[in-house]
Amino acid sequence: MKQHKRAPQPPTSKGGTLMRINRRSFLQLTALAGGGLALDLYRTPFAAAQEPEAPHDLTPQAFIHIAPDGVVTIMARASESGQGMRNMLPMLIAEELDVDWKDVRVEQAELNEKIYGRQFSGGSANTPMGWEPMRRVGAAGRQLLITAAAQTWGVPAAECTTQSGRVLHAASGRSAGYGELAAKAAALPAPALSKVKLKDPKDYRIIGHSQTGVDTHAIVTGKPLFGIDVELPGMLYASIEKAPVFAGKVKTANIEQIKALPGVRHVLVIDGGITPAAYTPWEPGMEPGIAVVADTWWQAQQARKQLKVDWDLGPAATQSTEGFNKRAEELLKAPPGTTVRKYGDLDAALKASAKVVEATYQFPFIAHVTLEPQGATAHWKDGKLEMWSTSTLPADGRGLVAKTLGIQESDITTHMVRSGGSFGRRLQNDYLVEAAWIAKRIDAPVKLLWSREDDVAHDPFRPGATVGLKGGLDAQGKITAWRHHFVTFGDGKQSTSGGGMGQDSYPAGFPPAYALYTSMQPLMLRTGALRAPGDNAYCWVAQSFLDELAHAAGRDPLDFQLDLLSNKQAPWTAGEHDAVGDHEPTGQSVLIPERYKGVLELVAEKSGWAKRGKERGRGMGIAVWFCHLGYFAEVADVSVDAQSKVTVHRVWAAGDVGSQIINPNAAESMAQGGIMEGMGHLAQEITLADGVIQQSNFHNFPLMRMRQTPKIEVYWRKTDYAPTGLGEPTLPPILPAITNAIFAATGKRIRTLPLQRSGFSWA
Amino acid sequence: MRINLNVNNVAATVDVLPDTPLLWVLRDVLNLTGSKFGCGMGLCGACTVLVGGRAVRSCMMKVGAIDGQPVTTIEGLSPDGLHPVQVAWEALDVPQCGYCQAGQIMSAAALLERTPHPTDAEIDTAMSGNLCRCGTYTRIRQAIHEAAQAGAAAPNQ
Repeated sequence: MKQHKRAPQPPTSKGGTLMRINRRSFLQLTALAGGGLALDLYRTPFAAAQEPEAPHDLTPQAFIHIAPDGVVTIMARASESGQGMRNMLPMLIAEELDVDWKDVRVEQAELNEKIYGRQFSGGSANTPMGWEPMRRVGAAGRQLLITAAAQTWGVPAAECTTQSGRVLHAASGRSAGYGELAAKAAALPAPALSKVKLKDPKDYRIIGHSQTGVDTHAIVTGKPLFGIDVELPGMLYASIEKAPVFAGKVKTANIEQIKALPGVRHVLVIDGGITPAAYTPWEPGMEPGIAVVADTWWQAQQARKQLKVDWDLGPAATQSTEGFNKRAEELLKAPPGTTVRKYGDLDAALKASAKVVEATYQFPFIAHVTLEPQGATAHWKDGKLEMWSTSTLPADGRGLVAKTLGIQESDITTHMVRSGGSFGRRLQNDYLVEAAWIAKRIDAPVKLLWSREDDVAHDPFRPGATVGLKGGLDAQGKITAWRHHFVTFGDGKQSTSGGGMGQDSYPAGFPPAYALYTSMQPLMLRTGALRAPGDNAYCWVAQSFLDELAHAAGRDPLDFQLDLLSNKQAPWTAGEHDAVGDHEPTGQSVLIPERYKGVLELVAEKSGWAKRGKERGRGMGIAVWFCHLGYFAEVADVSVDAQSKVTVHRVWAAGDVGSQIINPNAAESMAQGGIMEGMGHLAQEITLADGVIQQSNFHNFPLMRMRQTPKIEVYWRKTDYAPTGLGEPTLPPILPAITNAIFAATGKRIRTLPLQRSGFSWA
Repeated sequence: MRINLNVNNVAATVDVLPDTPLLWVLRDVLNLTGSKFGCGMGLCGACTVLVGGRAVRSCMMKVGAIDGQPVTTIEGLSPDGLHPVQVAWEALDVPQCGYCQAGQIMSAAALLERTPHPTDAEIDTAMSGNLCRCGTYTRIRQAIHEAAQAGAAAPNQ
């Protein structure tokens, strides 16, 4: 692919002039932006993002490049896997720079956190992380161009204005294009970023106006863009055979026979570096296997099929879904392992309740299945490594590669390439390490590609869990108590990645008496962060059980929840990976009841909730959730036929992600996509027998299809809070909205997912 | 074995085993990487191309079975990216990650070729073999309707 064949070019080497704004002014900026939105203050549900950000020298010169003809190149610092980061972040800069979007070219930044800051796409974090700094970078650039023009013309800067990439001086009738001024502007002392004036939002011409994806034309014409499309001269292709059981090792294999097959160049045994244990870390090390490297990927794949391997399957071969479920039942009956949160006299409150409802919920492991399977390209030459990476945590990937290969990070160049979806998968860098490991052992560039079967079996899964719930109601139908026993996986101290639950997980804080307990069982399997990690399942559990309680109380589920939200009983805590405590009641990192109620009321209005029909076989369900700083309430209109086949006819979604929707057309699409993914989760499961994953491809791990797609309406509730991200918070509420609707239609409560384990399936 | 192909109106001779899937000949031999690998079992449609004007899953089609039929990939759907389906896709900004969209576009183009004004039910039938992991189906449906209208407005295309 052309843009990858040329050597990486620093922005300064392209002619024209770069803006310079010194480091000191950035430090002022970070202090300003740190008031509640810095990454470490926000809800980060995975360990990798909790590490403190290393100091870096973020400067606008890295981001803005103005050519003499006025064409503005803006560097996109974050990786792109479909969330629209290559539009959103440059749009913020372009708006305040005051240029026309049609004159902007977006270029993908290489990995260099020293100049670009954190290059991370996850946790819906790029909007809150970028909103203030990126606009200030643009505004500082504009200020420099004004100063350059004012000095040239000998007029006060205050008399100059800008419009569409030009500086204007109305009194003298003079004007100059940014391209003419850029050289002079670059030589000027930079204004402090904290002091630059930002536009009044009513003057926005780019922000808040739909801008087509910068790669859309290339996508619809089939240009090489994705990780899988990287082509290098003399490149070889790799495919890796791994044990059917996690971390199983190669004892013997017919290596020599495989080496003789057509096109095969190398067959490499990967010893691997994983010791299976009760707790499996975020990046546990390389999985063992056999890498087949050939002239084409198809040849590598065909040769792989001829492998005869005697595996040492190891301890993970004892694991099964049946065993997990059995152990979870035992743990639910036993005294809980850990008290995560407890307030009020729970036992007394339950005893005094007019009604007590008890239920057990269970949700399965599921896989990410990005449509582009995992892979990477790497080239080891003269002691240096060059990598083409689709990682959404590329700096972690580089660190891991350096550690695994025993080389210096400074000897690694990382090109960030668009990926065919991440959904949290590409926060982990296992495939990148594998490509680099192979590259270091051969004398040619190599592209590693996993098959779909590899991708399903070796995913870092969203872990399943079993949850025991007990809720009390008083005679007026109000909640008196909530007992939540979360049975997850881990070694008793640490829960597996994506399998922890924070102290402020809703409805914590609202019932008068509350307890959240955790128990764990061992898991020798890689797990990770799947879009809205934790929340994608905890929302289903909590919002389903609230619906159960509302029905037990004989109350409307919406009124019941609004009532609960009006009576907060306990303060927020500093949760394990939830909110930071000192932000109540105005901070954005904890649930703000008014915003939660706001989206509920909006979705109720739009869906006609109060006037919904009560027809056998057809029903509406409602649910709401707060995660990753965003609020979404969703209503589903569902019918269920005599064969228990479920059709979702229509979905209404109401979201509150603050004061500004930056790219409205893309935002609506992102919300619709989150809802489609959540629907997909309802019918997916990963199961194990003798340690072997039982699913392999889309026939037994289904995605939603066109014919199952409901009409989806998305509404925004604008509030005064700073804008936040949309990747994750749209997803969680759709699961309980649909299962609550199935209850409304049939009277059957779904407490076990996937749907088919509760007797239902998609029509 | 040498196999003669007509891909996007260009004659090409490839030296591969006849049971090699068309997808891998396109991607790794002819360097036409627009068609994507998603499942290798004809389940996701990311590899959809036109063979003799029919939408086929190129991951399942052996190159030896093409038998002289013309092959059209996303790269050859139109010379300038202005096929009504591509225009509608861009106007509605359909893609998110974009990985499935070449396959979606080829299926949509084949649908409109035989059914210039499809109903929603006909779209469901024609498009349900193409998975979109990002869930852009709402936009895809809109774009097909828009392309159908544009096609009617410009009968020469």
